[in-house]
Amino acid sequence: MAYVRFENISVSYGDNQVLKNFSLSLEKNEIMCLVGPSGCGKTTLVRCLLGLTRPDEGEIYVDDKCLFSSKRRINVPAERRGIGIVFQDYAVWPHLTVKDNVAYPMRKQRMKKNEIDRRVKDVLKQVSMSEYINHLPGQLSGGQQQRVAIARALMSSDDLIVLDEPITNLDAKLRDQMLNEIRDIQRNIGTTIFYITHDQKAALHLGDQLAIMNGRGELVQIGSDEDIILRPKSRFIFEFIGVTNFIPLKLVNSEYKLDLGREMIPWPEQVPDTMAHGKPIEMGTRPNDITFDDASPIKAKVKRAVFLGSEYDYFIELGNMEIRLQQSTLDAALVGVAKEGSEVGLRFLNPHYYEAKRREA
Amino acid sequence: MINLRRNKDLAAVEGRRIGLDNVMTALAFVLLLVIVVIPISMIIYNAFFHEGKFTFNLIVEQLTRSTTLSSMWNTIKIGGLVTLFGTIMGVFYAWLLGRSNIPGKKLMRSLFTIPYMFPPFLGAMAWDLLLNGRSGYLNRWMMQTFNLSSAPLNINTIWGIVFVEVSYYFPFVFMQVVSALERMDPTLEESARIAGAKQGTVIRTITLPLVVPAISAGALLILISSLAHFGVPAILGFSQGIFTLPTRIFAVISRSGGSFEGIRQAAALSILLVVVVALALLLQRKVLSSGGYDIIKGKSMRPTLINLRGARIPLFILALVTLAVIVMVPLIMIFLVGLVRAYGLPLIPANFTLANYTRILTTSGTLDSIKNSLILAISAGIISMTLGTLIAYVVQKIKPRGTGVLEILSVLPYSIPGTVLAIGVILAWSGSLGINLYNTLWIILVAYIARYLSFSMKTSSAALLQVHPSLEEAARTCGATHTESLKDITLPLIRPAMISGFFLIFLPAMREVTTSVLLYGPYTRTLGVQIYSLRDAGMMPQAAALGSVAIVLIIVINAIVNAITADRKGV
Amino acid sequence: MAQVQVQLTNVTKRFVTKTLGDIVAVDDFNFEVYEGECFSILGPSGCGKTTALRMIAGFEDLTEGEIHLGGRPVSSSRKNLYVPPEERDLGMVFQAFAVWPHKNVFENVAYPLRIKKVQRAEIERRVKEALHHTSLTGLEKTYPSDLSGGQQQRIALARSIVTNPKVMLLDEPLSNLDPHLRETMRFELKELQSKFGFTIIFVTHDQSEAMAISDRMLVADMGKIMQIDTPENLYNRPINRFVHSFLGESTFLNVVIKDGKVYAKGDMEHPLDLEAPPNAESEMIMATRPNAIELTADKGYQTHVQTRIFLTDRTEYVVPIGNQTLKVQTPHRITFAQGESCSVRFVEPMWYPVEDPEAEKERQRRQLI
Repeated sequence: MAYVRFENISVSYGDNQVLKNFSLSLEKNEIMCLVGPSGCGKTTLVRCLLGLTRPDEGEIYVDDKCLFSSKRRINVPAERRGIGIVFQDYAVWPHLTVKDNVAYPMRKQRMKKNEIDRRVKDVLKQVSMSEYINHLPGQLSGGQQQRVAIARALMSSDDLIVLDEPITNLDAKLRDQMLNEIRDIQRNIGTTIFYITHDQKAALHLGDQLAIMNGRGELVQIGSDEDIILRPKSRFIFEFIGVTNFIPLKLVNSEYKLDLGREMIPWPEQVPDTMAHGKPIEMGTRPNDITFDDASPIKAKVKRAVFLGSEYDYFIELGNMEIRLQQSTLDAALVGVAKEGSEVGLRFLNPHYYEAKRREA
Repeated sequence: MINLRRNKDLAAVEGRRIGLDNVMTALAFVLLLVIVVIPISMIIYNAFFHEGKFTFNLIVEQLTRSTTLSSMWNTIKIGGLVTLFGTIMGVFYAWLLGRSNIPGKKLMRSLFTIPYMFPPFLGAMAWDLLLNGRSGYLNRWMMQTFNLSSAPLNINTIWGIVFVEVSYYFPFVFMQVVSALERMDPTLEESARIAGAKQGTVIRTITLPLVVPAISAGALLILISSLAHFGVPAILGFSQGIFTLPTRIFAVISRSGGSFEGIRQAAALSILLVVVVALALLLQRKVLSSGGYDIIKGKSMRPTLINLRGARIPLFILALVTLAVIVMVPLIMIFLVGLVRAYGLPLIPANFTLANYTRILTTSGTLDSIKNSLILAISAGIISMTLGTLIAYVVQKIKPRGTGVLEILSVLPYSIPGTVLAIGVILAWSGSLGINLYNTLWIILVAYIARYLSFSMKTSSAALLQVHPSLEEAARTCGATHTESLKDITLPLIRPAMISGFFLIFLPAMREVTTSVLLYGPYTRTLGVQIYSLRDAGMMPQAAALGSVAIVLIIVINAIVNAITADRKGV
Repeated sequence: MAQVQVQLTNVTKRFVTKTLGDIVAVDDFNFEVYEGECFSILGPSGCGKTTALRMIAGFEDLTEGEIHLGGRPVSSSRKNLYVPPEERDLGMVFQAFAVWPHKNVFENVAYPLRIKKVQRAEIERRVKEALHHTSLTGLEKTYPSDLSGGQQQRIALARSIVTNPKVMLLDEPLSNLDPHLRETMRFELKELQSKFGFTIIFVTHDQSEAMAISDRMLVADMGKIMQIDTPENLYNRPINRFVHSFLGESTFLNVVIKDGKVYAKGDMEHPLDLEAPPNAESEMIMATRPNAIELTADKGYQTHVQTRIFLTDRTEYVVPIGNQTLKVQTPHRITFAQGESCSVRFVEPMWYPVEDPEAEKERQRRQLI
């Protein structure tokens, strides 16, 4: 049975229903990344787990221990849940030294002094902060404060720690480094990590499992990074992950054609049968999955070509649409660059098919 | 949004019957009721009710007296003039020390804030000693030297009062504008240069308009302080029959010898003073809400300093002379007169003696006054600090229903002139409600607490705002109960703010005159009151000597405060 | 050849600092910017780019050298000449927008004309035109605080084009905007330039932004000019390792060259599928871009996937090569599993001599200042 279970959690603030019948499970010793746009309710879910917000309904279990149940009127107070947390702003106490910060949870558990000292030393070594044991947080960089917060969370619990957008305040380079460190710590200790973020990139980098939420607080896909990237279940996920182009496909005499407004061009690829229910569909493609190919019957015009170094960024006029195409440095070297205003043939690699979005007025 | 409801969340999660939060909230409301609401209600009641019936008679009666009208007019005239000249002076020196290449900027900037520390009534005393129409040292010297038949300058006039108040109140504008200039994004001015404007045009069309909000905020502070000010007009105006509303209230009370009729008249006058100040406060509200530009942005770059070229040295000398006149001359005067054997003798070493100091330091009345002030300042400091922090915590973190009321109640007494507050305290706590504190230190303490509560409430609020809810929540998830997280995390984090809140109260309380002069009894004179009475009794040298002691005390305490707050850590 | 608009000759700026000694912020800058050109000055913080721009604007005097604007000397150490900023007829846009909060949109834009005492009707006409070109029409009476960051920056743009200056100085004007807006504003900037024909000097630390809008770029490091060239040439043929790693992502490989064959250091058995460069030394650094490496099942140097990380728009692989690792990026459609064997092949890499460690130290010292 799963290690952490949220069952049918509902939370509302006044009239605003943040979560409705939300369920999610985490396996032991994995990193689960919960990804969603800001305001989707993911932080609320974490607060429910920690006992800082009270759900209206539902149940929360950790390791078969019930922390909350609206039916059975169980609500374990925050201080007795024993879950480690790293907040977005680290919440490292500025008036306490690194040692006192990290030792705090154990002092509250009334642990013996030499036991505390030993464990503080151990955990600081884990997060490579041993030499800063007597520093105050003000003397540490953002990344170092973050490590202290992780160490403190590990002292609250070796079994389950929650990280709530902990790297958003760091610069890009440090972000990648911290993600790697969190990974390493998890591998060494085997803690279960529940990582909350709005940043798909960080989630892809870190998670064993990704759970993706939409803006309405619903879970849309759970799976590994490979599942999410190569087999996005819905159009929402496909768009959430990166830049996309969508081109409508029309079934004419049981043959699919690209609908470019003024003209229809036969679509050479096989459309999976699961889509063929007579509903309008669209072909989705990423800018770097389109290549120039003069032999292709799909002709378009280069409206704008921008050199960005690592790639050429093209704005292409295809029928009545404007689509984006990215050409990597490699392709530019092998195939050559297209000029602004020139006519090009396009080939779509790796297309995805989705039900067309209803056009809203 | 999430932050706003965090504490409520916790309360809901805990679901306790009477949580710590509820106790604190109730306490805050009760204390404010006793300290603030009761005295204010008593004034209103006494001014508008006669023998249990509502009536405007008392107010109308006051308004038909020429003395009242002239006091009102004087109050407004002095307030207006002080604001005008104080603002001009503050802006000029703020610009000179903030944006020009005048030498010694850093040192001069701190020197220019000195007047802020000292009680204006000591300054008024010093100037009275120098420029009194009949006996001022400088006047007599000038009359002798130039063979004049009458004194060339007379400080005992409206203009004299304005001059002394300006020299103590201009730092309000000065400090506001200096910091606004400092934080202003230099590219705002640079882009005007690029647009083709010359240096002078940039100052006129860009820099000054941008600091207008800071200027008006400071100017209104001057206006409100001056309208309610007691010390300077009391010292310089009484002898010439120049009264303002606060001094008129004092005169009415002291003439009536504490009779109830006198206090009722004072209550009616207080209502008039409150109306005048309230109008100024309304103006402040309007000005402050209308503006406030966001001028702090972008990368920090040092602002370009304006080269004064030829005017550099003359302006430097002007600044030094100003400093000498507003800071050094009064100080030196107080010290020297404190040394002189008898008032009127020339200020030469032959006439100097330490007898005044021995006398004041051996007279029990004077020693008591120092002791009383210390007791009052320390206890008012501690009590207001605790109370202010409690209210701040309730307002910032618990946010119960009625938070707004709580906030207004705690800040209200500071907008009410000290004189009025004193009348309210007399009305409330001299027996009419069954408790008689009159002629005890307690009544003064109650007044001080009400008067200074807003100081600590503001500093603690600011500090609490910096304590992100996640800091307390992190403690909770580490296994701390609500009380423990308060004790382990929140209180230590705002401790520096509480300490500076204490000194913010202690320092002005040490030199307070306005309320204590109405509340003191035979054995409860404060330092300020004692200086005032010595002078009133004609014992100038002793008053000056005690004044010097007060100044030394203030300097020492300030030095201690700076040493403490300089290396503070935490939030 | 187009006319020279801005010319810097032997321009040097020295600062005396109390804690870190003298520092040469700008060391012997020589370059020309032509009429109608978009010229970027690019480099890490502390490279002297902002100081150079402020010297052109006239906010800093120079220690040595000479600056000409439109053929007229404006700063010269030799002639002891210094023209203040207001007399240089420039347009300038700052990172923090620097729009005046006490003036409404119309007054902000009209300010330069009012200073020049232009007639009222003419002011009306020219402000209207400037607002039209910056899509601000209709917002004349609005105050900047009620507008978004992008709109505020448009006000700053309108204000600087309203006097029709020949040269426009842009000091990281897009850095305070969100990424999407940044992209749009780039195009708007270029469109304004083609309409009004001014010369742009653009200072930024964001290399992709500079490449997207520049005709030519100058890359500086530690106060010295490293290279001046077109974006394509700078990216494809960086003169040294610094320029290579500063522009775009780089991956470097220490190589040994023996008998005309190229070996990755640590593997002298399998040569790379590459021709040694002319004048090759025995040890060199080969530089290439992660997305310019061909990753296939069997073409080129045989290795395996050590780590695979999915990024949002591509997949990143780390593959061991000799005793080193190489970063390779491909579109998502090219998929190798972790541990799977694969081959890498390089396309037109660059060759640099092995680094000296001194340069790195000096860079760190300067970043403290």
